[in-house]
Amino acid sequence: MAILDKHGVIEKNVTLLSVFAFLVVTIGGLVEIAPLFWLENTIEDVDGMRPYTPLELAGRDVYIREGCYVCHSQMIRPMRDEVERYGHYSLAAESQYDHPFQWGSKRTGPDLARVGGRYSDEWHVDHLADPQSVVPESVMPKYGFLSHRSLEGTYIEDNMKVHAVVGVPYTDEMMENAQADFLAQADPDSDYDGLIERYGESVQVRNFDGEAGVSEMDALVAYLQMLGTLVDFSTFTPDASR
Amino acid sequence: MAKKPETKQEVSTTGHSWDGIEEYNNPLPRWWLWTLYLCIIWGIGYTIAYPAWPMINGATKGVLGYSTRAEVAADIAAVEAQNEAINTKLAGTELTEISADPELNGYAQSAGAAVFKTWCAQCHGSGAAGAKGYPNLLDNDWLWGGDIEAIHTTISHGVRNETDDDAHYSEMPAFGEMLENEEIDQVVNYVLSLSGDAPDAALAEAGAVVFEDNCAVCHMEDGTGDRSQGAPNLADAIWLYGGDFDTVKETVTYSRFGVMPNWNERLTEAQVRAVATYVHSLGGGE
Ligand code: HEC
Ligand code: HEC
Ligand code: HEC
Repeated sequence: MAILDKHGVIEKNVTLLSVFAFLVVTIGGLVEIAPLFWLENTIEDVDGMRPYTPLELAGRDVYIREGCYVCHSQMIRPMRDEVERYGHYSLAAESQYDHPFQWGSKRTGPDLARVGGRYSDEWHVDHLADPQSVVPESVMPKYGFLSHRSLEGTYIEDNMKVHAVVGVPYTDEMMENAQADFLAQADPDSDYDGLIERYGESVQVRNFDGEAGVSEMDALVAYLQMLGTLVDFSTFTPDASR
Repeated sequence: MAKKPETKQEVSTTGHSWDGIEEYNNPLPRWWLWTLYLCIIWGIGYTIAYPAWPMINGATKGVLGYSTRAEVAADIAAVEAQNEAINTKLAGTELTEISADPELNGYAQSAGAAVFKTWCAQCHGSGAAGAKGYPNLLDNDWLWGGDIEAIHTTISHGVRNETDDDAHYSEMPAFGEMLENEEIDQVVNYVLSLSGDAPDAALAEAGAVVFEDNCAVCHMEDGTGDRSQGAPNLADAIWLYGGDFDTVKETVTYSRFGVMPNWNERLTEAQVRAVATYVHSLGGGE
């Protein structure tokens, strides 16, 4: 144990202490974090996943700003009761374009990972404006003001650029057309062919809140209505070993 | 409880001395030390038994071959196997005969109630009494029909959604663009007179003509509605959107477009039949 008795040397030399502390933390980081970039089961490739459209991205920002994640998770755990209540358990790949992910850790309200298509747009608008009008027992706060806050999509291109920096595969074409796509998705009378071509058939184009113009309500409902709908579980078979 | 330090027996110190303060080198309690050793052994065993150590592009699988996905698949399969016989029977029996079979009916009622609480209560209310725009399923006023077959079709395909081509569809025009404000006031008064007193009897009288010309095609001459078009009965004092003057005027001016998702994709046929049986039994079933 002679070498252990030498710890006094490190303890009395702050530079040496920093160097050794850094080494230990590095090893910990390498073992815990680095394999995630190579492990096959963390980077499962799943058909159907696409980056968020500009409107959905704006809706996601509203979701984060309003702290919806404080009461809602977006992570269906692989357990029978959860699968029966919410649908197929969440896949890691379904959060791959989320920066940061919205898994959450608290469920005051239900999980929202597969809420898309489960309710009508009208219901979402009614429910967000006054949850107790449709679910009298609800403790969810009212978000009616979202309808009065209109959005132009002025900064949506910048927002997408930032996401591209952290690895979301937005193409130059997507970013150039960001604002046009943003406005087109909430207007069924617009020319939205380009939007569909860039993001795929799974994009839903509707006037989500039923009111003229694009409001935060449109964006939020567009985001909610796509949640969990991208992967087609009638054709996807999960690999049991993952 | 900390015992007083042994004074009789000399305990050695750690040898550290800071400003003359020294630290006794008492041994760790025996039970504590052994618990620590046991935890270490258990930890090693655990990483051998279960998936644990990261390798270059995979992780050790563990000798038990455990996987969360396999476990949940097995759990689901086990419950499905348990209910398979009755679910097959439920999906294969004529809808009209389900309630006659006590075993099938009992199962459909409780399974249907569970489906309803999970998937339907948010719109139709936990007691199925509905809310503004979301119909009450307890009464015998039906938009699209109240026999078990009609209820089953409505639940399977939904109403006015974009996801199922077989969904019920109809659209009331927004009369704000087609009628003068005065005519709308007249017809609203007339509609209200069908189930009670109109705020203005003279206007109501004039409204009868407007109704005949614009509304009777869907709501029928006597205002009792048409189930093949989902046009509500306006003469029964049961309102989907509300029966005060302002709400009815809003309905006529801007129209309404109630949407229900189709459930044939999210639920199995047996589940749809179970919840149809449940809804049918709530009181208004025909
Ligand atoms: C104080 C906690 C709380 C907050 C914050 C909250 N919710 Fe909720 N939410 C609930 C509860 C409780 C329910 C269940 C009752 C109900 O349906 O209203 C719910 C239900 C929902 C549902 C229906 C889910 C389902 O499957 O039935 C949606 C969608 C939803 N919330 C969206 C949101 C959004 C979007 C936000 C942020 C703008 C938000 N919630 C913020 C508590 C909350
Ligand atoms: C997004 C909200 C929503 C959900 C969830 C929902 N419904 Fe509906 N449902 C509606 C609306 C809106 C209508 C009325 C459509 C119309 O205006 O014609 C309706 C109509 C019906 C009708 C026809 C009533 C009639 O008078 O003919 C039945 C039966 C029904 N729903 C059963 C169900 C069942 C069972 C479920 C759960 C599996 C369910 N609904 C879930 C919104 C919903
Ligand atoms: C093309 C068919 C059609 C015509 C024409 C039509 N309606 Fe309707 N009406 C409907 C349908 C369908 C609904 C149900 C809408 C829904 O469920 O969202 C409805 C709903 C209503 C309601 C709401 C009932 C309630 O319970 O809340 C009123 C009131 C009404 N109509 C009045 C009128 C009047 C007055 C006219 C004529 C000026 C008229 N409608 C013409 C199809 C029609």
